[in-house]
Amino acid sequence: MTPTMDKSLERLRERAAAEGLLDVAYATADSPFGTLLLARTPQGLVRLALPNEDVDATLADLAGRISPRVLEAPGRLEEERRELDAYFAGRRRSFDLPIDWQLSHGFLLRARQGIAAIPYGETRTYADLARTAGNERAVRAAGSACSRNPIPLVVPCHRVIRSDGALGLYAGGVEMKERLLELERGA
Amino acid sequence: MAELPPFQTLIDEHAAEVMAVLRGAVGREGAEDAFQETFLAALRAYPSLREARNLRGWLVTIAHRKAIDHHRARGRAPLPVEAVREEAVFDPDPTDGTEIWRAVAALPPKQRAAVTLRFASDLPHEEIAAALGCSPAAARRSLHEGLKRLRKEMA
Repeated sequence: MTPTMDKSLERLRERAAAEGLLDVAYATADSPFGTLLLARTPQGLVRLALPNEDVDATLADLAGRISPRVLEAPGRLEEERRELDAYFAGRRRSFDLPIDWQLSHGFLLRARQGIAAIPYGETRTYADLARTAGNERAVRAAGSACSRNPIPLVVPCHRVIRSDGALGLYAGGVEMKERLLELERGA
Repeated sequence: MAELPPFQTLIDEHAAEVMAVLRGAVGREGAEDAFQETFLAALRAYPSLREARNLRGWLVTIAHRKAIDHHRARGRAPLPVEAVREEAVFDPDPTDGTEIWRAVAALPPKQRAAVTLRFASDLPHEEIAAALGCSPAAARRSLHEGLKRLRKEMA
């Protein structure tokens, strides 16, 4: 893309945002685990795709579920990228980002809000999570609140483990979960 | 409802072409504004679009409406071709078609639009007609007249 075209597109993104036409802004971000995809609405961070997720499929899904006005706009995600960088560097223990919860409903929403409240460096079990979300028998559903969490890392589902102490699964791979917990233990 | 791809796909695939079409239709000066207007109008209308086929044709059609708006706003004043000609030619390649596009820019609006749509955007007569808001026969006529005039100019 030529510099002139870059400038034109930058102007377009700014004008689209000013006119309320930028429903979903996205950007990529580097991480120690690979490239992340971040997406936000005017309300806040709505989706974070881990390195093993397909970018095109994720964007197509957002176009279908939120709005097809999906634009690449890194300038709108600077704070998100900054906080994630600091987190991976061990310099940040909690995120101070507005969250758009619109992709979660009912029990899953309550469970994910429960996950968001687990402090840095601590863990909870799937059973704890089910109880927090108001249905202690819904342990499997608590599992899917984690496995299909639209905003991993910021909604730290890696802090939810099995009652027997095993790590359980992680959308980004068990090794990533292990390394994240190590990072938070200061190892 | 149609499964619409993320709007960014339309930008990635068609922005350069839309810009080229607009440069042909309104000149380099007006192209930037017309480009912004085109994509903002497309963004506004996009979620209610019923049909995800031929998004390129849809964008080019909007671009042409914006080009026509541009000329209307200027009261159909002829483009200052002489002024353009006095500027330095940045591209030294004599085969880049600059001359022909200058001649195209000097055509009356309908002929210019028809020629640009046909050759820069490769649109069929039906779509040119849709973009210009006229019948396919009238589009064909504008194209024919435009080409005749170009041949004379370039001879």
